[in-house]
Amino acid sequence: MSAPDTPLDWVTLSGRRAKGRRPEYFDEPALDRLYSTVFALAAEVSALRERQDTLERLLEARGTLTRAEIEQYVPDREAGRERGLATQAYIARIMRGFQQEVEAMAASDPPIMDVVERLSRE
Amino acid sequence: MASDLPPPYTAMTRHPMMPRVNHDEAARFNFLTHFNRYLSGTIGAGNKLAYEKRVLPAFRAEHGRDPEHRYEIRDAMNRDPWHRMWSALKRNSMEMRQHFGRQVVLRQLDELDAMARQYNEHSGQLELDPAIAQPPYQTAVDIHCQPGGYHGEERPGDVTVGANYDVGLFATTGGALGGLNDGGGQAVVAWVKAERPDWSPRRILDIGCTIGHNAVPIAQAFPEAEVIAIDTAAASLRYGAARAAALGVKNIRFVQASGEDLSRWADGTFDWVQTTMFLHELSAKAMPRILAEAHRVLAPGGLILHIEQPQYSDDMPLFEQFMRDWDAFNNNEPFWSAMHGQDLKQVMAEAGFPRECQFVAGVRAVVDPEIFPPSPDKGEEDYGRAAIWNAYGAWKPLAAEAQVAA
Repeated sequence: MSAPDTPLDWVTLSGRRAKGRRPEYFDEPALDRLYSTVFALAAEVSALRERQDTLERLLEARGTLTRAEIEQYVPDREAGRERGLATQAYIARIMRGFQQEVEAMAASDPPIMDVVERLSRE
Repeated sequence: MASDLPPPYTAMTRHPMMPRVNHDEAARFNFLTHFNRYLSGTIGAGNKLAYEKRVLPAFRAEHGRDPEHRYEIRDAMNRDPWHRMWSALKRNSMEMRQHFGRQVVLRQLDELDAMARQYNEHSGQLELDPAIAQPPYQTAVDIHCQPGGYHGEERPGDVTVGANYDVGLFATTGGALGGLNDGGGQAVVAWVKAERPDWSPRRILDIGCTIGHNAVPIAQAFPEAEVIAIDTAAASLRYGAARAAALGVKNIRFVQASGEDLSRWADGTFDWVQTTMFLHELSAKAMPRILAEAHRVLAPGGLILHIEQPQYSDDMPLFEQFMRDWDAFNNNEPFWSAMHGQDLKQVMAEAGFPRECQFVAGVRAVVDPEIFPPSPDKGEEDYGRAAIWNAYGAWKPLAAEAQVAA
């Protein structure tokens, strides 16, 4: 048998479910979904760190830099400002849900259905 | 602490059939290897704490007695928030192992299929039989949460499930099975060589061989012997036969056959019948049928040997039984609980192996200690994750002995 002409859709196929009903571990299904995403991300962060470590070791082996230089690196004033801003923006991205809940508590918006009904009347 | 570090994924032997992993794919397996050790070791202790501190006291308050069966503990623990979180983590780890492995395999399936086909066409070590049906205990669920089980196909003639099994076993066993995932088979060889140093079996049957990772080391250790490795799953056999050929092991043949019907082999054909981590994948009716067939094809004086996790005996605390049962309900191992609850010695006796010929021995994975440090061995706390097993076996009596026994 020769290989088929159309390439295998390995991204879609790889995620195929195993036959057999999956236990529900939490009363709230969203928690089960959240766990699967969080720990897949944890695996990805780990893989990224490993890749970075590989890069540093290869760069060091070729004399481009030493890992000690990385550990001892101190940003100058401008670099420190840019990095601080980037960290702030990053925190804002991952904490959006919490931050907007605080805003919402302050705003006390009515339920969206109230607005829907009002606009259908007025 | 350092001694508990598993080896990196790149320590695996890159035999020609082994799917190639890129940098990040190996890193993902490294994460899972550490994560699994963390779950069973570092935070696994939380299950016993939750049980002793709140689940057991609540059970006693409600029932006025201690649990009398592992299932009572399971029902109670399945309501405990810690055990639920821990189980969710472990289930996810199993699912990630499958997903990561399938990404590796499927993106290079064309090459793997072509290579397997070449090996198998030239070696003559693969014998498939399309008439062999997949038994219901292999198709009821996908065992180990491996999509497609051992038998499924992404397309006709492919090796996906076998290749995925090989490429990811490292992660679920915490790297404890050695560079070729063959620590179990090596353990069997070490036991036999120590037990009968001068024994030279001529024909060996391995039932339920999957990809042959535990049968190939037996063939390597007994180069004069002819090893027949059978399984019902063609998809695993295709990969296993190609893998053996790629490793240059020629005295093993992979044959599609069911252990329930060994009629193609005459009585007393084999000097040794082996199963490794197989009996728990069967069913209550299939297991005695397979053992009776194994007895029939085994020559008098021959060896039958099963490698399994320890059976649940009255001596084993119920909590340990419950923990060892986790895979039955959470990792698609539906016969695990019932099988481990059986008196295997009685089952073996009913299959024809007199009790006085039976033995139980402890074995542990044999791996290269330079690369693969011993798997974590914290006794009961590991609940079956360590690569330490029981060997349940018997030397079939010679005809004269059998008459005396009768």
